Amino acid sequence: MHKLSLKQLSDSLKARQFSSRELTQHFLDRIGRHDPALNAYVTVTAERALRQADAADARLAAGGTGVLTGIPLAQKDIFCTLGVKTSCGSRMLDRFVAPYDATIVEKLDGAGMVMLGKANMDEFAMGSSNETSWYGPVKNPWDLERVPGGSSGGSVAAVAAGLAPVATATDTGGSIRQPAALTNLTGIKPTYGRVSRYGMIAFASSLDQAGVVAHSAEDAALVLQAMAGFDPRDSTSVERPVDDYTAALGAPLRGLRIGLPKEYFAEGLDAGVRGCIEAAVKVFESLGATVKEVSLPNAPLSVPTYYVVAPAEASSNLARFDGVRYGHRTEGAKTLQELYERSRGEGFGAEVQRRIMVGTYVLSHGYYDAYYLKAQKVRRLIYDDFRRAFAEVDLVLGPTAQNVAFKLGDKTDDPVAMYLNDIYTIAANLAGIPAMSLPCGFHQDLPVGMQLMGNFFDEARMLNAAHQYQQATDFHKRWPKGFA
Amino acid sequence: MANDNWEAVIGLEVHCQLLTKSKIFSGAATAYGAEPNTQADAVTLGLPGVLPVLNGTALRMAVTFGLAVDAQIAERCVFARKHYFYPDLPKGYQISQYELPIVSGGHLDIELEDGSVKTIGITRAHMEEDAGKSLHEGFVGQTGIDLNRAGTPLIEIVSEPDIRSAQEAVAYLKKLHQLVVYLGICDGNMQEGSFRCDANVSVRHKGESKFGTRTETKNVNSFRYVEKAIEYEIQRQIEVIESGGRIVQETRLFNPDTGETRAMRTKEDANDYRYFPDPDLLPIVCTADYIAGIRAGLPELPEAKRLRFEQDYGLSAYDARTLTSSRELAAYYEAVVKASGAEAKLCANWVATDLLGALNKLGQDIATSPVGADALAGLLKRIADKTISGKIAKEVFEAMLAGEGDADTIIQKRGLVQITDESAIISAIDKVMAANPGQLADYRSGKDKLFGFFVGQVMKATQGKANPDAVNRLLKEKLAG
Repeated sequence: MHKLSLKQLSDSLKARQFSSRELTQHFLDRIGRHDPALNAYVTVTAERALRQADAADARLAAGGTGVLTGIPLAQKDIFCTLGVKTSCGSRMLDRFVAPYDATIVEKLDGAGMVMLGKANMDEFAMGSSNETSWYGPVKNPWDLERVPGGSSGGSVAAVAAGLAPVATATDTGGSIRQPAALTNLTGIKPTYGRVSRYGMIAFASSLDQAGVVAHSAEDAALVLQAMAGFDPRDSTSVERPVDDYTAALGAPLRGLRIGLPKEYFAEGLDAGVRGCIEAAVKVFESLGATVKEVSLPNAPLSVPTYYVVAPAEASSNLARFDGVRYGHRTEGAKTLQELYERSRGEGFGAEVQRRIMVGTYVLSHGYYDAYYLKAQKVRRLIYDDFRRAFAEVDLVLGPTAQNVAFKLGDKTDDPVAMYLNDIYTIAANLAGIPAMSLPCGFHQDLPVGMQLMGNFFDEARMLNAAHQYQQATDFHKRWPKGFA
Repeated sequence: MANDNWEAVIGLEVHCQLLTKSKIFSGAATAYGAEPNTQADAVTLGLPGVLPVLNGTALRMAVTFGLAVDAQIAERCVFARKHYFYPDLPKGYQISQYELPIVSGGHLDIELEDGSVKTIGITRAHMEEDAGKSLHEGFVGQTGIDLNRAGTPLIEIVSEPDIRSAQEAVAYLKKLHQLVVYLGICDGNMQEGSFRCDANVSVRHKGESKFGTRTETKNVNSFRYVEKAIEYEIQRQIEVIESGGRIVQETRLFNPDTGETRAMRTKEDANDYRYFPDPDLLPIVCTADYIAGIRAGLPELPEAKRLRFEQDYGLSAYDARTLTSSRELAAYYEAVVKASGAEAKLCANWVATDLLGALNKLGQDIATSPVGADALAGLLKRIADKTISGKIAKEVFEAMLAGEGDADTIIQKRGLVQITDESAIISAIDKVMAANPGQLADYRSGKDKLFGFFVGQVMKATQGKANPDAVNRLLKEKLAG
């Protein structure tokens, strides 16, 4: 059952070939068997899941249900879930039970989906290897000695290993796409403002966007459809109708204009990864797409720009974790200052503290103009690069990451090496455009992902291209050994 | 003290709570006095994942204020985060405005004691959220936090340093207070903290163009305290400089018990607030249409109303100012004029003197007056149609205040209808003359002053009900013999 597509699951549930309870129990069993090796889940909500499954079965029996009714999923532990611990991968929130549901949790529950549990993640979504989690690193199902990528490491490991058919994730600088690439999944980060951020614990508000990791573009389209839309509780969400993503999947690609940004094929890209991307380009050409080189001249400035903007916003967003109202509070503090220092010192891990310090520094009096304001200007230039590119092409295609999955511990002592993992993904967040990663081959027996980037609100076209590619290839159907 | 050589330079920052039902960025209620933390929803608490959504009414009120002080309304204004750690600040930052406030460049005219008018510039007014309250009483070794107030919408109104004395400061504050209450954007309750003032004060030698080093005195929350605090601070600064010291830029706290200010923190201790635009809130765009709509809905402002009262009702400047001191009082007065048909001046006397005097004694205000505008109009109607005299009217008014009913009922019940029947008055005059032959003889021999005695006797004989005009006229005739 865990290898079926969402469409197949949906059809089987409707045909009563198996119940949502049986399906849910199947995934819970797999979690019990495999998760100790992967550490993909922070919390497994078995009872709640079975209750939801029973409710879904009742609705299925009554007929007239939606396509997602009764299908299980994993929620990244960054989304607040009423009555269920929401840790954000941090000791700070180790005992935090949210008194409300995030908008996307409400929406997916409303669509009849069954939450299996909360997926592990880098602490406060800060990391590219899922090694900063308070709950320990997540392992890559393709090689347990390697990282699954981050920050949505738990989400991708769960889906890649068949411990959930699909999972939610979030992407601030590549946290959906890079882990999807490293685990042979299809992951999409929609346009900024397409999916509500209400109830999603903020890392960098102007960059954060929720999305999906799945086995295929079709699966991703189905779930994204249910998540997307205007939310009056999020002032940055956009009041604009949501396209029909699944309806668009079948369109032929004849005439599709694809741009290859030359900066994405420069120094640093692993030759094996490059080979896979070049092969994928040929597939697109064979499907009728035209390909040309484009330039994103400011793309090399993405990483330094991001590492000013994101920590600045993070330092502000994380100020609320002060040990006063909720979250970790130190024992026996004698003064208010001590309460703050020790609660935050104990509650936050090293990477989070590093980013809070960097962010505080760049916002400080006398440094703001030189760092934050300057970064915002560069951000505008990066946005303009994409504007120009999309005047010439429909989609931009390139690698998602420079390398395949690396070994656990390889980069934990070198923050800059870790930050460079997101060199190809960050620009889309800075510009606010939609982007996705999908499997395009293997190098050294490890998955390679290619990235598609689209114009604002062009998710449907991106998913269509990915789906057509997946009709012509079978990389996305491969399964890691040991998790069959 | 040679204060004559010194000049004070004062600028005021006023925090004015906007009179919205819900908070500036969430739907939680803003009512004052609820049980602690019962008006704190997820957004107010700053829970992980929550997001702010601007209250449209708060924006409208801020724009209303800007238009009323003839200021610029920003086409595009931006909310910024102001960071500091304090337990009653749930997010670790206050959402405020920094570089692009909603209102800039307005002014307010104040009248000085000598009757001249002075214009005080308003640098800016920006929207922000209030913090919660730290409760230090009733918690041994701990501090209680009440977040009911957190997120209440404020506008912070910053004046230019145009003010030169404590008296001017109070005049400005009173004017501003009257205005925001008039506009219906603030309840003006200073005790509950709806209208709070910080005073920036410096001194310099007269004729000097450079400003001296200023201090900021925080949270002086009554007009009297503002005056005292500023006066104290001016005197203190002069003394420090004259004795060879220097003023330190610092924040000071006023102690109402001693009338003194004391240092709270110096500039060096000040927080680096790390302002930056709030990424959760998009820039606010006010279109010309939006602003025009608000302008069209502005109420008549105090100045305009006062002038209209002088012109339309022929009132003195003093009466007009008194009667327009609040919107409610002005509306009350106009309702009385309209419903009574009595002379506007008579109505003004009754409202400004009798009614306000009575309310003052009762500790009530116009909104809670036991005698409504219609009821007072009913009384004045009876003066106008001469059913009762002005003197009798006072008695009726007392009875009305005591809740005995409307004017006509009381006049009826107490038999207070004025005697206008001349034969009845003449009969009373005859009796008085007969009873006082000595006085009559004296009067007739030239003691004109006794006329008043006879008037009094006649009024007494008629229980005050005789029409005074008729009594005067008839008495003169009869006494002349």
